[in-house]
Amino acid sequence: MSAIFNQTVLAHFILIFVVFQCLVLSAAFMVWMERKVCAYIQDRVGPNRVGIEGSLQPFADVIKLLFKEELRPKAADALLFTLAPVLSAVAAFAAFSVVPFGNETTLFGLLDQPLRLEVTDVNVAVLVIFAITSMGVYGIVLAGWSSNSKYSLLGGLRSAAQMISYELAYGLSLAAVILLAGSLSLREIVTNQSGYWWHVIPRWYIFLQPLGFLIYMTAGVAETNRAPFDFPEAEQELVAGYHTEYSSMSFAMFFLAEYVNMVTVSAVATSLFLGGWYGPFLPEWLGWVWFLIKVLLILFFYVWMRWTLPRYRYDQLMEFGWKFLLPAAILNLIATAALVIWLG
Amino acid sequence: MEQAAFYIFAALAVVASLLVIGLRSPMHSVILLIVSFGALSGLYLLLDAPFTAVTQIIIYAGAIMVLFLFVVMLLNAHTEDDMGGPRISGPAMGVGALLSVLLAAEMLWALQRLGVTGFGPDPGGSASISSVARIGGALFTTHAFAFEVTSILILVAMVGAVVIARREH
Repeated sequence: MSAIFNQTVLAHFILIFVVFQCLVLSAAFMVWMERKVCAYIQDRVGPNRVGIEGSLQPFADVIKLLFKEELRPKAADALLFTLAPVLSAVAAFAAFSVVPFGNETTLFGLLDQPLRLEVTDVNVAVLVIFAITSMGVYGIVLAGWSSNSKYSLLGGLRSAAQMISYELAYGLSLAAVILLAGSLSLREIVTNQSGYWWHVIPRWYIFLQPLGFLIYMTAGVAETNRAPFDFPEAEQELVAGYHTEYSSMSFAMFFLAEYVNMVTVSAVATSLFLGGWYGPFLPEWLGWVWFLIKVLLILFFYVWMRWTLPRYRYDQLMEFGWKFLLPAAILNLIATAALVIWLG
Repeated sequence: MEQAAFYIFAALAVVASLLVIGLRSPMHSVILLIVSFGALSGLYLLLDAPFTAVTQIIIYAGAIMVLFLFVVMLLNAHTEDDMGGPRISGPAMGVGALLSVLLAAEMLWALQRLGVTGFGPDPGGSASISSVARIGGALFTTHAFAFEVTSILILVAMVGAVVIARREH
C-alpha cells in the first residue's frame, strides 16, 4: 500500500488536479477577457454586473447553461452526437499534459524528491502534442456529421479541410525548432533556451526562428478555428457551423475545448519560441510566473486579432495555406537545417 | 500489468477491426478504424517504441483517417447501401471465402515455422527503435533506396489522382 501511495505519487495526483482546475479556470478567464477586450475595442463596457468588473460572468453563464435543456435532432446519430463534444474537450485537455510550465521544485523542502512542474515528461513530447491536436479535429468533424443538418455538415467539412491544410505548415514550423534544439522533449527544448547572448538578449528561439514563430502562430490560429480563420463556425453563412444543433452542456464542452486549445497553443508557443519559464528579474522558483505572463500575452494577442481582423474568404484561406504558408515553412526548414549543419 | 495492458490493447484492436468490416454505417467503420489504430499505437508503446506509437497516431489516425472521414462526409452515405455500386455475386463471395481461408492457413503455417511462442523483451532492439536519431540515420543510409522509392511511389499515386480528377473537365 505504501509503495503505491508514496509522497511522489500523491504529489503528482495533486499536480494533475491543479493543472486540470487551472485549465478550466483559464477557459472561464478567457471568456471574460474576450468579452471585455471585445467590448472596449467596440467602444462598449462589456459585462460589468456579476462580480467585480463582470469577472464572475463566465460562472453565471455556466450555471445558466447547466439549466438549459439538452436537445438532440431526431435524425442525429445518437452515439456520435454525444461522443463528439467529449472528444473535443478530452483532446484539448490531454494536449496540455506534456507542457512543462516551471522548473523542478521541492516546494521549499516539503518533498523528498524534486517535482517537475508538468503532468508528464515524454521524450517525444512535441510529437505527442502534434498527435493530440490532430485528433481534436474529430470532435468537430463528427459533430458536424452526426447532427444531420446542412449547416453543421458544411462546418465540419470546412474544419477538416482547414485542419489538413494548416497542419502541414504547423508541423514543419515545429520541425525547425526540433532541429535547433536537437531534442523532441519540450523540457529539453525549454532548458536549451536558458541564458543570454551578450548578457542582454535571452537565448529564445524566436530570435533564431522569427519566420517559424510567425508560421506557428498563423497555423495555430487556423488549428484552433479562431478569427480570421473561423470558417467552421462562420455565423453569417453557417448559423453556428458544427455546433449549430448543440445546446446546454454539450455546447459548453465545445466552448471549453476551444478556449483550452487556445491556452495549449499559446503554452506550446511559449515553450518552443519564448523560452518557457525563463525570464529576467524573478528567482528560479517563480519561473511559472514568467510562463503565465508569456501565455497571457499571446492569448491577449489572439483576442485582439479576432476583434480586429475580418474573416477571409474560404478560397483565400486555402490559397494562403497551400501557396504561401506551406512553401514558407518548407524554405524555413531547409534554411534551418543548412544552418544547423553549417554551424555544427 | 504490462501483460494485462497488452491483452486489453490487442483485444481492442481485434474487436474494432472486426467491427470495421462488420458494421453497415461507413462513418462508424471509420471511427472504429481510428480506435484500432489507437490500440495499435498502445501496443507500440508497450514495445518501448514511443516514436513509432506517436507517428502511428499522427499519420494514420490523424491525417489519413481525416481524409477518409472527409470522403464519407462528402458522399453523405449513412449506410453502405447508399453508396451504390454493384452487389457482390454469389460465386465471387465463394472465391473470396476460399482465398481468405487459404491466407489464414498460410499465416498459421508461417508462424508455426518461425516457432514464435511468446514475445519477450529484446535488449538490443528496444534501444534502436526508440531513438529518433537512429531511425533517421537508418532511413537515410541503409534504407535510403527503399525510402526514396517509396516517396516516388506516393508521388506517382498523387499525380495519378490529379490526372483522374482533371479528366472530367
